[in-house]
Amino acid sequence: MKPARIVITGVGLTAPNGNNLTEFRGNLLQGVAGIERIDVRYMGSQLAGVCHYDPLKYQKKKEVRVGTRAGSISIYCAREALADSGINLETLAKDRTGIYVGCTEHGNVETENEIHAISKFNYDTKFWSHYHNPRTVANNPAGEASLNLGITGPAYTIGAACAAGNLGLIHATQMLRLGEVDLAICGGVSESIHTFGIFAGFKSQNALATHADPHKASRPFDLARNGIVISEGGCLYTLERLDDAQRRGAKIYAEIAGYHVNSDASDYVLPNPIRQAECIRASIARAGLTPQEIHLVNTHATATPLGDIQECEAIRAVFGVGCPDTYINNTKSFIGHAMGAAGALELAGNLPTFTDLTVHPTINVDNLDPQCALPGLVLNQPRKVAKVDTFLNNSFGMLGINSTLIVKRFVP
Amino acid sequence: MTKDECRKVVLDIIADIAPDEDLSNVKPDVRLRDQLQLDSMDFLDIVMELRKRHGIEVPEADYQQLASLDSAAEYLTPKFNALAAKS
Repeated sequence: MKPARIVITGVGLTAPNGNNLTEFRGNLLQGVAGIERIDVRYMGSQLAGVCHYDPLKYQKKKEVRVGTRAGSISIYCAREALADSGINLETLAKDRTGIYVGCTEHGNVETENEIHAISKFNYDTKFWSHYHNPRTVANNPAGEASLNLGITGPAYTIGAACAAGNLGLIHATQMLRLGEVDLAICGGVSESIHTFGIFAGFKSQNALATHADPHKASRPFDLARNGIVISEGGCLYTLERLDDAQRRGAKIYAEIAGYHVNSDASDYVLPNPIRQAECIRASIARAGLTPQEIHLVNTHATATPLGDIQECEAIRAVFGVGCPDTYINNTKSFIGHAMGAAGALELAGNLPTFTDLTVHPTINVDNLDPQCALPGLVLNQPRKVAKVDTFLNNSFGMLGINSTLIVKRFVP
Repeated sequence: MTKDECRKVVLDIIADIAPDEDLSNVKPDVRLRDQLQLDSMDFLDIVMELRKRHGIEVPEADYQQLASLDSAAEYLTPKFNALAAKS
């Protein structure tokens, strides 16, 4: 039996350069990045992608105070996605709705804040917050959305390092096909800019970007790239089985065509281009396509000197010859690395390509690294193309987790 | 500290932990939970803020003393005054 067809029917997002798909897409086409300087505890001024959505659009002040930033981002994105989908929350079968939120990490922010708070009381733990546990449980970002929306179906997070955004959609696809839920709210979120530990960790790895101009700091594939710009953000989708979506006359952005997840099993942090290529190939095979039939590849590239080269090696191995219709771009050059939200946000940034036939570029490439010179790379300016029917989204993470998700133009 | 001042201290804490609530007409002799949206975690917040801001300890057995502004002022004012006398 063929698995049920799964379609994307709603998008809710907050990115450092836009709080909905229209703003976000507009800025990606106009070359508008969203990186700024923030003060990071113990480290001072650092580059980061900061979201400027209004938390009080969907939360009470008390919810914002008690909850976490990741929870707040989840709530905003989930509410926006539902509104975009046209689904009525009042009549929604809440016990048949799942919330699957990808996270790179969760709990660092809240734990650091508590330790900082009790440092003012000579580290006496009687001043440790009673909210610490509900804030730091790994399911927090999904659980807060379930509380806010009154969703009583399964709501949990998927920990998958920086592949997590894709994993949210992949897991939702699987759950819809299994009949576990009828509607999935899924994607990824990140609050990582609020933890100094992530910044300090990347800095100790010599993988934290620096640049005099914040908007030029995230520069995948450029010879002068010098690391990651850490960002917060979120992007959640509504996914449905096609027959359900059609029954209610839903707007359909795209159809899930294929996916694959694998592991490098080779290093804690260093990527493995052989496994990445295997992941890409397996996703294309599952979609019933050939590399020639993939029209757009959004790269994971984070602007680390080695990581970009290795992903290019993987892409070259799959698409190297005979794919003249395959264009390649990168969204992190605009918004930095939104960690657990990255895969989901980058997917959203490219979804409108199916309708406007314009590939957003990779910006900040002043001198293309010859080792990253892939054919089809769209540099610095958007490119009008004749045809985009399929789009492949790479998202890779530490401990060697690789994910590739393919979506295609919806054709009834 | 007078009991009125003590009520103000408790109300200031509640203003921070329940920022959506209108506190202009809180009846001092009515249970806080009967007139405001406060849950058990919020009461733990009141206890924590008394500890953090004022060095006042409220043992668990005495939590019910914080039920209304009046009962809280009755219970807390001597504690504040004892603390002030020590310092």
